[in-house]
Amino acid sequence: MLLYVVRRILYAVPIGIGVTFIVFSLVHIAPGDPISALLPNEATQEMVDEARREFGLDRPFLVQYAIWLGNAAVGNLGTSIGSGRPVATEVMSAVGNTFILATSAGLVACILGFLLGIVAGLWRDRPVDHIVNLITISGVSVPHYWLAIMLVIVFAVDLNWLPPLGIGPDRSGGWRPDWAHISHLILPTIATAAIPMAVIARTLRASVVDVLDQDFITTLRAKGLRRQSVLWHVIRNALPTALAVMGLQLGNMLGGSVLVETVFAWPGTGFLLASAIFQRDLPLLQGTMLVLSMFFVFLNLVVDLVQSATDPRIRRT
Amino acid sequence: MNIHDPLSASARAGASAPILDISGLAVAYRGGAGWTQVVRGVELSLDPGRCLVLLGESGSGKSVTLRAIVGLLREEGAKVEGRVRVGGQDVTSLTSAELLRMRGGRVGFIFQEPMTALDPVFRIGHQIAETIVQHRGVSWREAMAKARELFDLVQIPSAERRLQAYPNELSGGLRQRAMIAMAMSCEPELLLADEPTTALDATVQIQVLLLLREIQKERGTAMVFVTHDLGVAAEIADEVAVMYAGRIVEHGDAGQVLLNPAHPYTRALTNCVVQGSYRDRRLGELTGSPPDVSRLPPGCSFAPRCISRADDCLRTEPARRDMAPGHDVACLHAGSLSASRPD
Repeated sequence: MLLYVVRRILYAVPIGIGVTFIVFSLVHIAPGDPISALLPNEATQEMVDEARREFGLDRPFLVQYAIWLGNAAVGNLGTSIGSGRPVATEVMSAVGNTFILATSAGLVACILGFLLGIVAGLWRDRPVDHIVNLITISGVSVPHYWLAIMLVIVFAVDLNWLPPLGIGPDRSGGWRPDWAHISHLILPTIATAAIPMAVIARTLRASVVDVLDQDFITTLRAKGLRRQSVLWHVIRNALPTALAVMGLQLGNMLGGSVLVETVFAWPGTGFLLASAIFQRDLPLLQGTMLVLSMFFVFLNLVVDLVQSATDPRIRRT
Repeated sequence: MNIHDPLSASARAGASAPILDISGLAVAYRGGAGWTQVVRGVELSLDPGRCLVLLGESGSGKSVTLRAIVGLLREEGAKVEGRVRVGGQDVTSLTSAELLRMRGGRVGFIFQEPMTALDPVFRIGHQIAETIVQHRGVSWREAMAKARELFDLVQIPSAERRLQAYPNELSGGLRQRAMIAMAMSCEPELLLADEPTTALDATVQIQVLLLLREIQKERGTAMVFVTHDLGVAAEIADEVAVMYAGRIVEHGDAGQVLLNPAHPYTRALTNCVVQGSYRDRRLGELTGSPPDVSRLPPGCSFAPRCISRADDCLRTEPARRDMAPGHDVACLHAGSLSASRPD
């Protein structure tokens, strides 16, 4: 087990380095010059060259990459071209906001998805299964930005129950767990949780159905185990699959949803990414993408380790 | 709690009431075209401490009969009629809670495929201990200690380490031994074994078979053993019941049925077995294929494949009748055939 953990962590290193390279080069080959967005239209060639030197854009590609990676390693992600503030500060505050939303949506999605999936799997082809099916099909099919807009129209505009946008009543202070802030969290949470909840529920249902069809379930019944005990065996067997899906969905949510965050003006990573793209803010874009992809690498690592702890068959290979 | 209690076979055989009594058992499954009758009117009785082998081809209904004994078919949506009594308890009228107490407690079950019949994500020791805790209400520690003793009983070496192993870490033979330990964990009066040696290598097969026979005789546990293998039947059986198309066509002591079979089907089966000293003899064969139980012909189900078929076989369904004391057969012409065994 320890050997597996060490090996898996070592695997994560080349993956992480590869990801940084892809992030850096993707932004580079994208069309559009950051300088032209920064300088006024009537800027002379000299001013452009000066700006390119200032941001290091005149160096060879690999040198730029090496410098950027070296700085990133010590936490320096450069300065945002748009705001002039350090990228690291901007990204961290956005990550914090997205993290709040992802945690709340993740909890809702995992708990609801888990319960719905188990119930549907245990009562396969019964009415309750069909109802869950209806819910999950709607969940994966409805575009989340559309759902977000509908939620705003119904609960904020028409009913006036909940605030339509923002992270809290005052734009200045940070997030606090009081009703004013929680009420701002409810609608974004529903919009963000819908798809992951449906995906988790559907995966878990399939997994439970699969487990129930296996021979050992008959063995458990033949040795007189109570229903609850058999259920525990079913859940333990379906768990590795469920955890993998939950981890990946959680990773998606940590990446922040550009569309949902834009609809609710939620100042998270998705929102930040969108504005970085519109402003051609190269350092900010690279920094945000780097932090997000590192999250993914890390989360995949955690999922793999948790999975191997729950399924003895994985450890052997 | 002493599992090495030397309760001899003879002591238990002295008890008069049969441990298992099945009468008029009929099982039907819902298929594409209505209900399909897979077991039709099975009558069986087994005394304590005896070993009965249910012999038959695939689809003859032997496994279904075995599952019906512990009421496993109820949850599979099958239609079960008739009466099954285990030690005087009528299984068909038990409540779910009573049924759970009986399974694993009074009746142990061993399955064919030890790889898939054990839960892959739980340690072997856990799977045995949970059975003991469920039925005996003892502490987890006591249950694990008992599991340790059981591993000695089924001769698994390095028991301590094997208890902590997951099923995929053991060989097929060890897994089946663990399965036997699990079935024996609550000292059942009746052991049901569904082809427990079929999935094993030939050498392991005989070891497991001998172990099972030894435990069964030593502990005086009655056993119903399902197999399609005549050699296995000869090795372990006190009594043999031959099934064909959902019915028992011949039943009697192992010697009577296997050495002096009365039913043409049993005879055809015994002729198919390679026997040591018959080197250049032609191996008998059974023509045709097992019947489709959803479309059985009228009369005797075996008639279409029977070499001794007469006209009335196609009209009249034969009832079981006694050939000798304790040896009965469901064939209209069994008596007249027995003298002329085709060699």
